Amino acid sequence: MDLKKRVEECLGSLVVAVNQWQGDVSVEVPRKKVLDALALLKNDSELQLDFLSDLFGVDNLAYYQKKAKSKKKGEDEAAQAAAEEAPRPPRFEVIYLLLSLRSNERLQVKIRVPEDDPEVDSAVSLWKAATWPEREAYDMYGIRFKGHPNLKRLLMWDEFPAHPLRKDYPLEGQGEERHLVYD
Amino acid sequence: MVQESALHVEQPTGDFVTLNIGPSHPAMHGTLRVIVQTDGETVVKAEPEIGYLHRGVEKLGENLTYHQFIPITDRMNYCSAIASNVAYEMAVEKLMGIEVPEKAQLVRTIMAELARIADHIVLVGILGVDLGAFTPFFYLFIQREEIYDIFEWHHGARLTNTFGRIGGVEADLNEDFEQRWRHLLPNLKKAIDETDKLLTHNRIWMDRTIGVSAFSAEDALNYGFTGPCLRACGVKRDLRKDEPYMMYDRFDFEVPVGKHGDVFDRYMIRMVEMEQSIKIIEQAYKLYKEMPPDAPLKAKVPKVIKPPEGEIYRATESPNGELGFWIRSDGSDKPYRIKIRPPCYMIYQAFHDLVQGEMVADLIACVSSLNIIAGELDR
Repeated sequence: MDLKKRVEECLGSLVVAVNQWQGDVSVEVPRKKVLDALALLKNDSELQLDFLSDLFGVDNLAYYQKKAKSKKKGEDEAAQAAAEEAPRPPRFEVIYLLLSLRSNERLQVKIRVPEDDPEVDSAVSLWKAATWPEREAYDMYGIRFKGHPNLKRLLMWDEFPAHPLRKDYPLEGQGEERHLVYD
Repeated sequence: MVQESALHVEQPTGDFVTLNIGPSHPAMHGTLRVIVQTDGETVVKAEPEIGYLHRGVEKLGENLTYHQFIPITDRMNYCSAIASNVAYEMAVEKLMGIEVPEKAQLVRTIMAELARIADHIVLVGILGVDLGAFTPFFYLFIQREEIYDIFEWHHGARLTNTFGRIGGVEADLNEDFEQRWRHLLPNLKKAIDETDKLLTHNRIWMDRTIGVSAFSAEDALNYGFTGPCLRACGVKRDLRKDEPYMMYDRFDFEVPVGKHGDVFDRYMIRMVEMEQSIKIIEQAYKLYKEMPPDAPLKAKVPKVIKPPEGEIYRATESPNGELGFWIRSDGSDKPYRIKIRPPCYMIYQAFHDLVQGEMVADLIACVSSLNIIAGELDR
């Protein structure tokens, strides 16, 4: 089965982009329709991508900054300023790794999440396997998942003020300390 | 009283007792915390809390080169570090499109299966200790020391072996591997056999493990279980057979499958897997001896690894389940994003469903049988 073709047929108009590289197929779908796309992929009789392997976020800030900087060489001031002002693609991505138990095919589904409105529908309604990965994506990036039963921080302590895996958070941390209140 | 921020456990409503099985506890494997609400001895709600061993491995990965990240993968699943090393190296090799030579694959297979035996020895031994059966721990751990000796003579470290390099392995099997393996093999088989005789048909063991935290296959698949815990529920899924990598499609071995998904099934599967690993090592070593002595151990890899831009996901069957690495490269010598898919992460999030209705002592047995390793869970 040609996975790329079958995915395009299954999702139809929900496909924003489809890519195949080094044997991995990845498809991008619109953010607001992610649950529909995942449900279509899960219930499709031929694909049967019914196992959620992983779910996580990616921060593209450093990538876009690097791209903007690399355009600077050989351009004049006005073009540089225009390049910095130009609207960037959404900052975050959320990636779902699906697996079909029957045919052992894997698929990456990705959505782009903007910085000013980091809300995504929660996939817990489809797979309970999304419970903790979504909490971790919230903890590490600040992406909120609507409909999650218990969206709290997972790896950091509950009152931690920042989102550590973002690219503008330094590796050494910002010196946060945890103060327990005894009453 | 410490005022903790609201955990997802209701306030004690008269009859329920909230119990904290805290992060520093001899029966918790590593730094795990479980907040349990009990009605007498029966668990009403069990909320696991993780993050006590979070070291920011993924953030470190974004600031280290591909080679420098290999020692960090050791420290994730420290009971079988070689499996994590091999999984990471395979992911980078997929990203760069490198083909690993056969001799290196055989050395990797032999070492990875030894690591699998070591991990299962830890589980069976510690499961026994948690339930009060101390003797198998001693019988098995002597053999684990011999496996450590093999690791130490190969690359210098017992536990956190930085084994293998991107493109192959760094050194051939040591010249006394044959002698050590011939000494270890009958002793290991005897230790597994003695453990089997002590535990499997033991009345007390069966009472404490059969039926405890039974889990159905649909729930397990919904929660993203992989590895021995999924096979215990009855789903025959092993990445070594389903998506063969290295040279596993050339070896003849069986994949044990349980029925009820309870603690006893998880224990039995690991016992059988140890025997199957011994079989694989024998076959791999036979193939290895037929290779010419000057066969390459490492593919031609540039000194500074700069993969092309793109992202891949590669999963291997580690002793705990599907250990996967998702790496995105932006063309520079440091990865842009590494995401590690730890197998016990998906298993531990189902903890409430696993132990609801069980007694507190069964909760300890359940945690022990899942093989939750905090280093891998928190990263």
